Amino acid sequence: MIEIGLGHYLSLGAIIFFLGVIGIFLNRKNIIVILMSIELILLAVNINLISFSIFTGDIVGQIFTMLILTVAAAEAAIGLAIIVVYYRNRGSIRVEDIHGMKG
Amino acid sequence: MIVHSIFFYFFSIIAIFSSLMVITSRSTINSVFFLILDFISVGCLFIMVGAEFLGMILLIVYVGAVAVLFLFVVMMLNVAEQKQSWFIGKKSTHIPTGLIVSVLILLELLVVVGGWKYKEDLMSSSTLILSDTTNTHQLGLVMYTDYILYFQLAGIVLLLAMIGAILLTFRERVGVKKQSYLKQISRDPSSAIELREVKSNQGVKIDD
Repeated sequence: MIEIGLGHYLSLGAIIFFLGVIGIFLNRKNIIVILMSIELILLAVNINLISFSIFTGDIVGQIFTMLILTVAAAEAAIGLAIIVVYYRNRGSIRVEDIHGMKG
Repeated sequence: MIVHSIFFYFFSIIAIFSSLMVITSRSTINSVFFLILDFISVGCLFIMVGAEFLGMILLIVYVGAVAVLFLFVVMMLNVAEQKQSWFIGKKSTHIPTGLIVSVLILLELLVVVGGWKYKEDLMSSSTLILSDTTNTHQLGLVMYTDYILYFQLAGIVLLLAMIGAILLTFRERVGVKKQSYLKQISRDPSSAIELREVKSNQGVKIDD
């Protein structure tokens, strides 16, 4: 309990991942919060990679973390641009109103 | 070691609480603020565990760019009155399914973490990457030599994201006066100025 090991960090990553997934599933109103939940999931993945990298003494995990950071930033930019365009065309970004593909 | 555990529990409890608030808070702008708090606390954890370069990158890129981008979009789109409500409303059929799936995923992750056989040699040398150089130095030594291709691919991903975001949100506005660079640089001095003889009591006609 006092000794902080790899399991503590992995548990933290698992909990944050779980919260991100539950945010995607349970949020029925606003699509921006879904994007934020995806950011939470990527953050949990980063926590896992960095803790493995530190606790096994291999620096390559941190390289992977940088790549994931890059992809996450690109994904946030593109996603928010799509949301802005959608709002400009339709006037609403409620999740219930987005059913153009009849999914 | 006691200090390490105290700081770990402090930051991780803040991170879990704030990520809980991200997905449950009533207004979207509060979600963005809690997302910033989450990024900051996880960045502090990264710095504490020894990955200080990535912790700082998390603070700079995520808090400084991504979260502020979210903040801009939330403020621009006027979604403040669209309160998000979970269990209110007619279409609540997604809620039980989502809960079941999420709890299953959490259980799977807990099984994976719980079943992890801790190797003693791994845990004994577990503390940090012991070296006389800093974390940034080690990262640079690896990143610019062995992983230079991935580094440049990451740059291309960022470039594509920038082009895509600009192209998506660009729109041509009508009725706005703009400079026409082609007209400006293709002016001819011989045809730009015209000298005319003005006769008495007749004036001169312009714009013909």
